[in-house]
Amino acid sequence: MANIISDETIEYVGILAKLELSAKEREEAKKDMGRMLDYIDKLGELDTEGVEPMSHIFPVQNVFREDVVTNGDTRDEILKNAPKEKDGMFVVPKTFD
Amino acid sequence: MGKQYETVIGLEVHVELATKTKIFCGCTTAFGGAPNTHTCPVCTGMPGSLPVLNRQVLAYAVAVGLATNCDITRYCKFDRKNYFYPDNPQNYQISQLYLPICRNGKVEIETENGKKAIGIHEIHMEEDAGKMLHDELDDYSLVDYNRSGVPLIEIVSEPDMRSAEEVIAYLEKLRMLIQYLGASDCKMQEGSMRADVNLSVREAGALEYGTRTEMKNLNSFSAITRAIAGETARQIDLIEAGEKVVQETRRWDDNVGKSYAMRSKEDAQDYRYFPDPDLVPIVVSDEFLQEIKGKQPEFREEKMARYKEEFDIPAYDIDIITGSKHMADLFEETVALGAQPKKVSNWLMVETLRLLKENNMDPEDIRFSPKNLAGLIKLTDAKAINSTVAKEVFEEMFKNDIDPEKYVEEKGLKTVNDEGALRKTVEEVIANNPQSVEDYRNGKEKAIGFLVGQTMKAMKGKADPSMVNQLLKELL
Repeated sequence: MANIISDETIEYVGILAKLELSAKEREEAKKDMGRMLDYIDKLGELDTEGVEPMSHIFPVQNVFREDVVTNGDTRDEILKNAPKEKDGMFVVPKTFD
Repeated sequence: MGKQYETVIGLEVHVELATKTKIFCGCTTAFGGAPNTHTCPVCTGMPGSLPVLNRQVLAYAVAVGLATNCDITRYCKFDRKNYFYPDNPQNYQISQLYLPICRNGKVEIETENGKKAIGIHEIHMEEDAGKMLHDELDDYSLVDYNRSGVPLIEIVSEPDMRSAEEVIAYLEKLRMLIQYLGASDCKMQEGSMRADVNLSVREAGALEYGTRTEMKNLNSFSAITRAIAGETARQIDLIEAGEKVVQETRRWDDNVGKSYAMRSKEDAQDYRYFPDPDLVPIVVSDEFLQEIKGKQPEFREEKMARYKEEFDIPAYDIDIITGSKHMADLFEETVALGAQPKKVSNWLMVETLRLLKENNMDPEDIRFSPKNLAGLIKLTDAKAINSTVAKEVFEEMFKNDIDPEKYVEEKGLKTVNDEGALRKTVEEVIANNPQSVEDYRNGKEKAIGFLVGQTMKAMKGKADPSMVNQLLKELL
């Protein structure tokens, strides 16, 4: 494996992804991530000189909607996705900025 | 004497666009719905839902870009800004980092030292977040996603401003341009225009910028002015004490008049931006650009110059009237209906401004139509109602946009121009007020005012005071 993931990196990625990993999971994740990066490095072998980076693989552009209201009140349906609801709102852990 | 310092300010201004629907779904952007009644799988971030760009958002963003002399990015796209916060149901905000729609613009402001250009670094399109509700007593928070997905543009200026006055002039300028475009109502109090202030200080004459802080939670021009003064003083104090300014985000508490650190750069978020694969690239065609250019309105400066040419009204009136697109439209349409410009201007400058102030309203909230204002002026021109009645009719019109002619007819407010009837009333008033009559005849000119008042009262206000005056003088 050419890419060695450090403990600090996996710790940092864990924080960003809000994941708590056990020691065993961490070791596995380090290996998985190293392998993934090795795979991606393969692409670096290609000569991409003068090739514009693309963000999309389909030759499609300018897909728009007109500014017309098409959705009604589907609150009851939407709230079915909430683990908990109160007064028509989603209940989440107490969060302050 | 101590050292001289210079304040360096750049702004990030968020403007909520006046579209009917959200940026990526067909939910209404209407204000004030019950929580989560304006939501769908797209704006609540449900897996498998697919955002599609509202064409009007692009049109408004390009229009604002043109009005601020920006280069329009002909090939642009959306990126995901990743962060976890419950007001953001997707765990990413759809925004633009790599290819924002507008770049390299500038607007001109008036300063005490003349005109000054403020550079615009970029304008990008993005979505607003939901609203969080916290109750101190509860151990949970509640989220309403009605605002989630409401379209915003973020206008990022260059650090070109040096004082609170310049910041306010710049914001006023943006507000005017955007209101004239109809792209937003730009109300700071209601949050449809929000400004974050990036501020640093440096010794006068220094070439390098100092370390900057970003201040949030500024809801009015006066809060911005106070926050700039407060933050400038805080940073100078730190420097004078030999300490360092820390690059951080600070929250301004306008009630206390102090700012508090929210988060510093050390724990700054790593947003891991990447192109949003759900949204296809946007290619701004020549046709689209021409279409938007063709629809650009006459902006305030051009309008002011034209009014000066066309209408015989004072510069002060022009300034006030063109200070609101809605009022300028109202003025022009009323004049187009045949009313004399000076009279239209008077109704706007005196009674309208008075009622707006009393009711705590903005010019944008005026509801009466040009047709009814023109109708009212026609009635006064024809002397069909006197000025007191006209004011009363106007108040009703201001409240309920009534048709003045019908209203005057129904309420029987028409001035009695029948000289016979008026003469009879005047004679009665003279007979019933011998004391005043005597006073007047003994040279007490003021006594006639009382008699005019009595006659107007007897006529229930429906007489032309100048005619009453004339008749009284004649009969005395």
